[in-house]
Amino acid sequence: MTDDLDWLEAQSIYILREAYSRIKPLAMLWSLGKDSNVMIWLAKKAFLGRVPFPVAHLDTGLEFPETYAFRDRFAKEWGLELIKDTCPPIEATDPTLPHNSRIAARKTLGLKEAIAKYDWKGVIAGIRRDEQATRAKERYFSPRGDDGAWDFRDQPPELWDHFASDLPSGVHMRIHPLLHWTEIDIWRYIQRENIPVVPLYFADKNAKRFRSLGEIGITFPIDSPAKNIEEIIAELEVTREPERAGRAMDHDSEDAFERLRVAGYM
Amino acid sequence: MSVVDIAVHPKAAEQRANVIKGRAFPIVIVGHVDHGKSTLVGRLLHDTDSLPEGKLEQLKAVSEKRGLEFEWSFLLDALQVERDQGITVDTTQIWFATPRRRYVIIDAPGHKEFLKNMVTGAAQADAAILVVDAAQGLAEQTKRHAYLLHLLGIRKVAVAVNKIDLIGHDEQKFNAVAEAVRGYLADIGIEAAALVPVSARQGDNIVDRSKDTSWYQGPTLIGALDAFTPRAQPVDQPLRLPVQDLYRFEDKRIVVGRIESGRLKVGDRVRFAPLGREATVATLETWGTADRGPREEAFAGESVAFTLDEEVFVERGALASSPDNRPKEATRIAARLFWLDREVLKPGDRLTLKIGTAEREVEVEAITESLDVENLGTSQATQIDRNGVARVILRSRKPLAVDLYETQPRTGRGVLIRGPQIAGGLIVESASNQQVANDVIAVDSSVTAAERSQLNGHRGGVLWLTGLSGAGKSTVAMAAQRTLFGRGRQVAVLDGDNLRHGINRDLGFSDADRAENIRRIAEVARLMAESGQIVFVSAISPLRVHRDLARGIIGSGFREIYVQADLATCEARDPKGLYKRARNGEIAQFTGVSAPYEAPPRADLVLNTAGQGLAQTAADLVHFAEDAFTGTLAE
Repeated sequence: MTDDLDWLEAQSIYILREAYSRIKPLAMLWSLGKDSNVMIWLAKKAFLGRVPFPVAHLDTGLEFPETYAFRDRFAKEWGLELIKDTCPPIEATDPTLPHNSRIAARKTLGLKEAIAKYDWKGVIAGIRRDEQATRAKERYFSPRGDDGAWDFRDQPPELWDHFASDLPSGVHMRIHPLLHWTEIDIWRYIQRENIPVVPLYFADKNAKRFRSLGEIGITFPIDSPAKNIEEIIAELEVTREPERAGRAMDHDSEDAFERLRVAGYM
Repeated sequence: MSVVDIAVHPKAAEQRANVIKGRAFPIVIVGHVDHGKSTLVGRLLHDTDSLPEGKLEQLKAVSEKRGLEFEWSFLLDALQVERDQGITVDTTQIWFATPRRRYVIIDAPGHKEFLKNMVTGAAQADAAILVVDAAQGLAEQTKRHAYLLHLLGIRKVAVAVNKIDLIGHDEQKFNAVAEAVRGYLADIGIEAAALVPVSARQGDNIVDRSKDTSWYQGPTLIGALDAFTPRAQPVDQPLRLPVQDLYRFEDKRIVVGRIESGRLKVGDRVRFAPLGREATVATLETWGTADRGPREEAFAGESVAFTLDEEVFVERGALASSPDNRPKEATRIAARLFWLDREVLKPGDRLTLKIGTAEREVEVEAITESLDVENLGTSQATQIDRNGVARVILRSRKPLAVDLYETQPRTGRGVLIRGPQIAGGLIVESASNQQVANDVIAVDSSVTAAERSQLNGHRGGVLWLTGLSGAGKSTVAMAAQRTLFGRGRQVAVLDGDNLRHGINRDLGFSDADRAENIRRIAEVARLMAESGQIVFVSAISPLRVHRDLARGIIGSGFREIYVQADLATCEARDPKGLYKRARNGEIAQFTGVSAPYEAPPRADLVLNTAGQGLAQTAADLVHFAEDAFTGTLAE
């Protein structure tokens, strides 16, 4: 182990291998963002060049064109078994949620449908503790009820890398192999490993770029001149803006994101 | 919200550029509820300039909206429910940086109900801050948290003696609290690296020295944190690698797992416990590191994949080591345990023990003692309640590869699982094995040892009486049996001479036959003890090695009783006329005459039948048996 990135990598690989060994059938969520690309990369390291389970893109039809192009190219190059089912329409979401959150909630419904359709017992998602306060509460292995709901008040203990893995029926496991990474860790690792990302992360000619990538209409670029990974890392070293500032659904109301997550959002 | 600016904060910029490379140092903050942990975290974030832009203003606005005075702890209480309830629900990880390094704080809640979250957090930490209210001193949770830190492997803490402003920054009062805390920590094996008078609310001695505590010469809290060294990866310890899985990719058979200690090199001979198969590491397999060349060696902390030179049987749960420095293979484990489940733990309970990647069904054979974290006393207990700490003995039918926590912590600790959840954690204090023939799968009894002992009012066990022929073994055993039977005990005597007429009648007196004689007696005694009986074995068993064999077969229920009488006395008694015949040369290899008797150097009980009458020795034996097999089992 030469540096902290090696340690982060080793821990993620350990978690991915635990999930693969103990939970079947298993799938990985690929949002096409930087974190989930790192996650696929780590899976290829864990399984020596393969991703031995399907990779699901919960498609709302609202991704940027660059994002779709990236998906189609790297699904092929990385040899992924890609599932790209379309999420239910906005009308199917909880009408009491604020509008932007309802758009995001389509993914929750899409995931619920996919879990039922493919009978997944484990779903690997690339969330990180440092992204958002409610995600800081997560476990590496987080059991969810039938409806995907998350009971953050009564989570299983996790210690010494022993995780809950036996599931009662009607429960699936969310597995979070990137939980311990920070945003800057992700970029430093992308840089070291030369992992491809959607070009929208880099500044355009108007000095705007996406720091967090989501759907058209609910994700917005930030003002930033960072044109490459070095410049992004330099920027992150000094910024005090939260990563998800450009995500409209986080700001709908004080507890909007928490409500999304309790209902099963990633 | 559409477009946001990247704010560049000069002080933060300077700090972060220095520390951005390197692993975040994980710390945990523990202490009694309301002693100020969350407040301290909020203050640490603010004083190290680590808050996201606008966060403080946002929370101040929220507080105002709710008609509350702003509290630093609101920073952590990001969840709606927490603000409503006023208690931090779960481990929250928060990053901050000092000029020296990055930190990740795991905020451990103090409310009793949430101990499992505190354990989850503290298990990941390299160091801890123990927060103690200066006015209230050590409280129950302070002690419980500190005790658990010790069990979780943390040996050094920084103590924040908080709310120093509320005791008027008084040096004497501070010293009194500090000494009490230091003393308690020393008693449980934790060093207080620094005891810092702080006020989290006012910011005293967190980052900046306080003007109000000029009498204090030690480091600030941040200074104390920066002085901690990270837990080192145990690369120089013997190799331990719990096997996670086996992959068959194309023609390759790949073993994967994480090196918990030591190192693994191509060409190394490795042994897989508990089956004991051995092979040589052929390759270390990697992907995506072509530019760095093939790996020849990997170290503790790495998740590795490797192939072997031959196809030996390996499965998940095996523990790889060097053949020369192996783990213990045990069916019986004595452990210190902390219990997290709502449902209590009782003798006879069956659970899954997980150490490394190995899982075994175990039965709680006994709760040896319950540990009181308040006064550090021990007591007997019939159950362990939630959040309790105790010493227990666990028994597994199949051997489990383990280390002692003291020597190899990473493979000497584990968790107990009940149903789908982790119900407790433990560290292994001793481990022993009782041989179970290979490939014979034992059938579980439908009645547990605990149920039997509950019905009988005592446990089963074996009192092994050794001594010269004529020393009075059978006589005293029979007398003791009579008394115990009269008290309603399940009791029996196995007489070595009688057994030679039946189960052992094919055996003579060669060394091999003598050993086999003892082995059979011990096996029969064990079966009877397992059925709940107190068994007296009366057998000369002259050789120490044979008695050790019996002890190994019988295990914890074995007690060695030396029935002592000098040779002259025995020969004078000569109840069966055997000495006479031996002296006449009619019996070869007669113990005491023509074969040696090795007296036990550390018998559990010595009965001197030459000096004391039968009534006394029988009473002593009865008393010893009652002591050994009723009440709480002492290991």
